[in-house]
Amino acid sequence: MSDIKFTDSHEWLRLSDDGSATVGITGFAQEQLGDIVFVQLPRVGERFAAGDEAATIESVKAAGEIKIPVSGTVVEVNAALEDEPSRVNDAPLTDGWFFRVQLDDAGELDTLMNEVAYQQLVGELA
Amino acid sequence: MNAPLLHTPLYDLHVELGAKMVPFAGYAMPVQYPLGILKEHQHTRDKAGLFDVSHMGQVKLVGAGAAAALETLVPVDIQDLPVGMQRYALFTDDKGGILDDLMVSNFGDDVLYVVVNAACKEQDVAHLKTHLGGQCEVVELADRALLALQGPAAAAVLARLAPSVAELKFMQNAQLELDGVPCYVSRSGYTGEDGYEISVPADKAEQLARRLLAEPEVEAIGLGARDSLRLEAGLCLYGHDIDTSTTPIEGSLLWAISKVRRPDGARAGGYPGADVVARQIADGVAKKRVGFIVRDKVPVREGAEITDGDGTVIGRVTSGGFGPSFGGPVGMGYVPASHAAAGTALFALVRGKPVAIEVAKTPFVPQRYYRG
Repeated sequence: MSDIKFTDSHEWLRLSDDGSATVGITGFAQEQLGDIVFVQLPRVGERFAAGDEAATIESVKAAGEIKIPVSGTVVEVNAALEDEPSRVNDAPLTDGWFFRVQLDDAGELDTLMNEVAYQQLVGELA
Repeated sequence: MNAPLLHTPLYDLHVELGAKMVPFAGYAMPVQYPLGILKEHQHTRDKAGLFDVSHMGQVKLVGAGAAAALETLVPVDIQDLPVGMQRYALFTDDKGGILDDLMVSNFGDDVLYVVVNAACKEQDVAHLKTHLGGQCEVVELADRALLALQGPAAAAVLARLAPSVAELKFMQNAQLELDGVPCYVSRSGYTGEDGYEISVPADKAEQLARRLLAEPEVEAIGLGARDSLRLEAGLCLYGHDIDTSTTPIEGSLLWAISKVRRPDGARAGGYPGADVVARQIADGVAKKRVGFIVRDKVPVREGAEITDGDGTVIGRVTSGGFGPSFGGPVGMGYVPASHAAAGTALFALVRGKPVAIEVAKTPFVPQRYYRG
């Protein structure tokens, strides 16, 4: 299992060996949002600073956004979500990924929660 | 503003079914069940959905003068409403603004049955008592719950409990027993589908709801899907698409003003704001409610500003969201009459960015009322 980190705003980031990280939202986040009907993805090549809004999510109930917790450049997006946004509901941690960023500094990930800490946070929210 | 939320007689059933409960008009109401809004919406269009709308206000107006009296508050023909028929109506204020929208049924024997919106019911009952007090009795039916069974299978399902409901046509009603419980049943609803609204004594509501939910075609449906269903059907939500700042004409509800109550009718005017409404019928209005579709896939939600091609703000979205059966985002809002023609290309500002929209006829999906 590759190294997966979580934010307190319910995004996940999975670090690859090449120093890029795949970004998505957690199962808890998709449950809170409900049926997702639209996803606005960033463009490949777009640069983000830590804390920027990188993607928008619209569910039948509300709009949400993905804030990227680290700085980097988008190298790949999950274009399948444009036609099938429900993938985020069905498989938030796998098929429902949003985009992959080449990190400026993989060390930034160290400030994020690991899975145990995140599950604890969700437990407190539930 | 922290008054405890009221419960409908079906509260425990909602919780048992796993509903997510939210505050709505002072009540704890189910916004969705485990099925989720999208599937609940589709299920209602495909089969049948059961809605708890017990938060709405039910009122009887009793007395020989009730119909004439009610006509002093609504621009609608009540006096000639046949026994066993229901009609859509609007309470207007002195400026022609809409105080609430409502359904009026003639039960015969000088009894009118009225259903009003939950958020307005206290104000509506006070309004009725103030203006009709001397002319008829105003009786709030606080001991009754209200269910809606909506969808193409609704008639077959309800006919298993009372075969005669199959004979009712759209906007007809009857008083009959369902599962041994005396109910008021009307063939109407708020989804654009065929279906029924069922007024049932509060202490029998859960029994009837469980009986209906036991039918294989029926799922419990929450307020979330109720909203997307009514939006696709082009039906107004009071407090959003119409309110005291909009008249029936601005709200594109001229159809709801009965011919006999229009300026050239036999009982023209005679309701609050009739002069304003008459002038608007003759001269037109500055702003108008329209439906719109979205060129992109971005849902455009209530509150979004509408601009023309030059980026000038000309209106506002009053309802909007994804239309699951339409297969894309739809909405309604107010725009200048000059921009209200179907096909007009406009923009809505979503997160500060212009999204291309196009004025469109409503309903967005065909209505499937049973007209016999």
